[in-house]
Amino acid sequence: MPEPLLSLNALDARYGDFQALYGVDMQIISGEVVAIIGANGAGKSTLMRSISGLLPNESEQVVFKGRPVGDWRADRIAKLGVALVPEGRQLFPSLSVEENLKLGGAVGRKGQWSLDAVYGLFPVLKERRHQASNALSGGQQQMAAIGRALMANPELILFDEISLGLAPVVIRSIYEAFPDIVRQGMTAIIVEQDISRALSVSSRVYCLQEGRVSLTGRTDDVNRDEITAAYFGLAA
Amino acid sequence: MIEWVSAVTQGVLLGGLYALFAAGLSLIFGVMRLVNIAHGDLIVFAAYLGLSTTMTFGINPFLALFVVVPVMAGLGYILQRGLLNRTLGEDILPPLLVTFGLSVILQNALLEGYTADPRKLSAGTIETASLSVGGLSVGVLPLLTFAIAVAVIAGLQWVFYSTSAGRGFRAVSDNQEIAQIMGLNKAHVFGLAMALALAVTAIAGILLGVRTSFDPSIGGGRLIFGFEAVIIGGLGSLWGTLAGGIILGVAQTIGGKIDPGWQLLSGHIAFLAVLAIRPNGLFPRVDH
Ligand SMILES: Nc1ncnc2c1ncn2[C@@H]1O[C@H](COP(=O)(O)OP(=O)(O)OP(=O)(O)O)[C@@H](O)[C@H]1O
Ligand SMILES: [Mg+2]
Repeated sequence: MPEPLLSLNALDARYGDFQALYGVDMQIISGEVVAIIGANGAGKSTLMRSISGLLPNESEQVVFKGRPVGDWRADRIAKLGVALVPEGRQLFPSLSVEENLKLGGAVGRKGQWSLDAVYGLFPVLKERRHQASNALSGGQQQMAAIGRALMANPELILFDEISLGLAPVVIRSIYEAFPDIVRQGMTAIIVEQDISRALSVSSRVYCLQEGRVSLTGRTDDVNRDEITAAYFGLAA
Repeated sequence: MIEWVSAVTQGVLLGGLYALFAAGLSLIFGVMRLVNIAHGDLIVFAAYLGLSTTMTFGINPFLALFVVVPVMAGLGYILQRGLLNRTLGEDILPPLLVTFGLSVILQNALLEGYTADPRKLSAGTIETASLSVGGLSVGVLPLLTFAIAVAVIAGLQWVFYSTSAGRGFRAVSDNQEIAQIMGLNKAHVFGLAMALALAVTAIAGILLGVRTSFDPSIGGGRLIFGFEAVIIGGLGSLWGTLAGGIILGVAQTIGGKIDPGWQLLSGHIAFLAVLAIRPNGLFPRVDH
């Protein structure tokens, strides 16, 4: 097995007294697309926050590109090549669409993604580039949030529920861009509640249940019943 | 009649100085939600720094700007990263207490270093020069002060809306966590914002010191004027801050014209009136 791009080693996460993650182990190989599924409150967003440095961890609990970065600040982790498309989009309301994208590029990493490339992927953003980001529709905001993360030219991109609150037709059009995003070998972690959507684009899956990994395997190998059991915590 | 026109004109020009008091305050609050109680004392500190610079090098106070502005900016960065960043968080009380403490320390240090005697920066003949426009006599110094204020506000506007540093200020102001994920170190961004604010404060301090005499105790009053100008203009709007300063200045000069004892009071009344009618100020920020 090749050296993983990202490994989580017995990762715990807490909000004050409340423990949200318990000893999560995870290995992500460069170029993989991995799905993370789980019910509301299972700890998926907490996991994304831990990886991107918004929640402090112990140094060795998060290893990225061979470096223990668990206790690094989020901006340093971003510069090392991790980008997050946060749950709920979270564009900067004071910035125009184009400024949001440029801000994503502020980490100063080189690569294939530029303003032009993002506009090529989502042409509607170019038409609206001078508008306030909160004047966009939900789907367009999601495109801008994805574009903003891509502008960082990350090696690992984290998607936290990109289909949340969007109409099926909009979700489909966003997922149609997905092959273009990962074509050049970008590694991706996709958090979704929509299980079949997540499985359709990923090669491996982890299921979280109440802060613990309850199932992991190749997408082709896991069957529906196993997932249902792992998802809801029913006895298999 | 002409006296009233003259009073209004003087008020408008004075408003430029108040806008300079206000701009740094507004910038800091906008970027990091910090209310800097020591702001007025920092203005006075800059005036004393100007005094020492003019005396040491025997130069005009306007030339001293080239020393005082960078020094204040540097001190601002150090102050932010060394002290104020540690006070910022969910709780709004610690930064208030710490900047209040800073205010007391600054006043006492200035008292110790320069005594309580009123001092003034001397800019030479420009102080008494005036232009006559249609029977109206306008001082060159107030006019210059106003022009500098407009230029500073325009400059800040440009920094905020047309540079990558300004983009960072606005992004951190919107959402600190997401800005961090985009690779911005908020401690550094806050340091830059304080540096910029104190650079403006340096200009305000020098212009104050050229206009009137100052002593270590007057910081609190400058803080109030700046605060009132910010609130009148509407939080987060730089041009609004200029308008707020002008309204405050005009209210003061008109009040002073009616009765010299009313000068400060009428400024406060104008402030309260605006607050009562438009609690968000005249030009509150609209996003983007
Ligand atoms: N800021 C917080 N403070 C305290 N508890 C929190 C905080 N954020 C999340 N939690 C708790 O941590 C647990 C995991 O939350 P998390 O947001 O990671 O779940 P999730 O899997 O992303 O859920 P969803 O599908 O609803 O987004 C939940 O029990 C939640 O209540
Ligand atoms: Mg979530």
